[in-house]
Amino acid sequence: MVTLSPKSNQKILLELKGVKKYFPIKGGILKRVQGHVKAVEDVSLHLFEGESLGVVGESGCGKSTLGRAILGLEELTEGKIHFRDEEIQDLKRKEKLKFVKEMQMIFQDPYASLNPRQRIGHALEEVFTMHTNMSAKEKRASVVDLLHEVGLKEEHFDRYPHEFSGGQRQRIGIARAIALNPSFVICDEAVSALDVSVQAQVLKLLKTLQEKYQLSYLFISHDLGVVRYFCDRVLVMYLGNTVELGTVKGLFANPLHPYTQALLSAIPRPSVHTNTKRIRLQGDLPNPANPPSGCPFHTRCPIAQEVCKVDKPAWQEVEPAHFAACHFAGTKI
Amino acid sequence: METLLEVNHLVTEFRTAEGNVQAVRDVSFSIAKGETLCIVGESGCGKSITSLSVIGLLPSNGKIASGEVKYEGKPIHDLPYEELRKMRGTKISMIFQEPMTALNPVLTVGYQLREPLILHHKISKNEATKQGIELLKQVGIPYPEKRMNQYPHELSGGMRQRVMIAIALACHPGLLIADEPTTALDVTIQAQILDLINDLKEKLNMGVMMITHDMGVVAEVADRVMVMYAGKKVEEGSVQEIFDHPKHPYTIGLLNSVPNIDDPDFELEPIPGSLPSLQENIQGCRFHPRCKFAMDKCRELTPPEFKTDEGHVVSCWLHEEVEEVKHGHLVAQI
Ligand SMILES: Nc1ncnc2c1ncn2[C@@H]1O[C@H](COP(=O)(O)OP(=O)(O)OP(=O)(O)O)[C@@H](O)[C@H]1O
Ligand SMILES: Nc1ncnc2c1ncn2[C@@H]1O[C@H](COP(=O)(O)OP(=O)(O)OP(=O)(O)O)[C@@H](O)[C@H]1O
Ligand code: SF4
Ligand SMILES: [Mg+2]
Ligand SMILES: [Mg+2]
Repeated sequence: MVTLSPKSNQKILLELKGVKKYFPIKGGILKRVQGHVKAVEDVSLHLFEGESLGVVGESGCGKSTLGRAILGLEELTEGKIHFRDEEIQDLKRKEKLKFVKEMQMIFQDPYASLNPRQRIGHALEEVFTMHTNMSAKEKRASVVDLLHEVGLKEEHFDRYPHEFSGGQRQRIGIARAIALNPSFVICDEAVSALDVSVQAQVLKLLKTLQEKYQLSYLFISHDLGVVRYFCDRVLVMYLGNTVELGTVKGLFANPLHPYTQALLSAIPRPSVHTNTKRIRLQGDLPNPANPPSGCPFHTRCPIAQEVCKVDKPAWQEVEPAHFAACHFAGTKI
Repeated sequence: METLLEVNHLVTEFRTAEGNVQAVRDVSFSIAKGETLCIVGESGCGKSITSLSVIGLLPSNGKIASGEVKYEGKPIHDLPYEELRKMRGTKISMIFQEPMTALNPVLTVGYQLREPLILHHKISKNEATKQGIELLKQVGIPYPEKRMNQYPHELSGGMRQRVMIAIALACHPGLLIADEPTTALDVTIQAQILDLINDLKEKLNMGVMMITHDMGVVAEVADRVMVMYAGKKVEEGSVQEIFDHPKHPYTIGLLNSVPNIDDPDFELEPIPGSLPSLQENIQGCRFHPRCKFAMDKCRELTPPEFKTDEGHVVSCWLHEEVEEVKHGHLVAQI
């Protein structure tokens, strides 16, 4: 299957083939496995060098699990992950080390991963201590460079985490992620906890760094506005399944899956002139431990037919470089 | 329209290790029956403290230092505790971002719904159960009879938020205060809850004070908008005015910071810097260190409120002359 990339002749950096991650649910006195949470269900896709791929969907749909699986933080239930043509899902700790430098993650709350009693400069120096053999002087110089790179100052070197604002802490998280010159960074709700004004600052910074260092991002967010602004392509997930993937332009202009259509129309627009017809989904998200038969979306889908309750729709390239899993993909609701 | 709530020159202070600090600085606004006022601004600007001052639920180290809060014309900011408590639920109700903080985890939904009804309306348990089921129906909860016997943790996030709204509405309050009621919810569920609040407001002619940081939510539900910055009201106007003719550089900055989902070419223009801490003493306009239009005057003198014909209020020196030219007359009040 040939897939056109948004910017043609881009190289594939990362490829997922049939990736599954199930979490066992244990119960009873004997703690026997009673079932599975199907957090990620059969995901296949690739990520191009230098692109930002957005991952959106409602809480619990498997976005973070997908990210953690790529980084090797979750053992796969099934499937393969290739990074620069090398299969990485089964690598042992030692072999993995060279990929640790290349693949990094930025979290929603960098504060949680910072030691409150350690000066920020020293926390950042540790990254170099672990992965390089720089001298103390070189390390300090590199950290100061990093601080400048993310819009902080040398004077911040000696401060403690609590002395920073939320936006500044997120800059520190970014500094740590880019310290070793990675080629791939997963941003898991990296700007979600920030005020819009500060969020805009951090988004700009991430974009600047991407251009400068040719970074690829997997950008996990529940905010479609941010994804539209930030990403080249976007993946929509529902209950662990990929339901649609396309270029930001193609997908926003012509959402093929009914869930994507509903999601897009549910977003409150910051304008008093929108007259778009609102599609209101009824009901709650089903339990991922007990997903519906057939199409996972059929219990809330306004256009579901009998076939949807029985047959799981296949993942198909409906238009060039635009994928969806729906028996009636392209039907407008 | 009939005025429901009136807040005049509200100042709310906290006692802290570093001395007294003001979280709300001379804020005035009003809400009419059947009207939704949205309060927006960055985290820490005083939105929640403003609303907690209104309903009398300030943290123990906080107090209203001056100013007044009037409900249907009667001052309520200095009511004794017992009377304030009676007023809560029957006149003013509040819902929060995280329903689990307001719901009691060891009591059934039914118990928590019946309690205020029995307390305030002096009705029998059976009658309260009937009304409780009715309320759950009203907020769109399927199988309400079954839900009455369930505990909060057995419900989804959206469902819990609905239960909290049902409890808040049990005694037909005139004013509903909603502090980020949908922030923790997914967009498709958020849309359901916002529709619900809008419907109920119209049906019951309630006043709604909605706190949010989401400009999209504001555009969806507000009749009027109040923008706060560092404890002060910096702008207030109808929702149309705020979105189409924002005047304060801070409001403009907020609007330019939100990616526009319908416009792929929209460029973000962040506001530089961040909100000052409460301890920080800032001479002149509190926004001037982050304002790209700041003039000498802004660094020296606090801008008063300038009013336009459209009922648009803005505290910014830029609008001193602009407004005079445009609207002929202008009221400056301090
Ligand atoms: N370690 C775990 N053990 C069991 N279940 C898990 C585990 N981690 C995640 N899950 C479940 O897997 C599903 C997917 O979770 P995940 O955190 O990936 O969702 P998400 O899309 O990132 O959601 P959010 O937007 O809330 O962050 C959820 O149902 C979650 O409860
Ligand atoms: N108990 C307290 N003691 C001292 N300061 C407090 C206390 N509670 C709140 N504050 C301070 O008062 C200011 C206003 O807080 P408030 O909770 O109203 O902000 P907010 O606008 O609601 O922000 P958010 O969007 O984060 O909810 C903040 O600077 C906060 O740190
Ligand atoms: S496959 Fe059927 S149920 Fe699923 S989204 Fe498409 S139409 Fe709806
Ligand atoms: Mg997540
Ligand atoms: Mg608040």
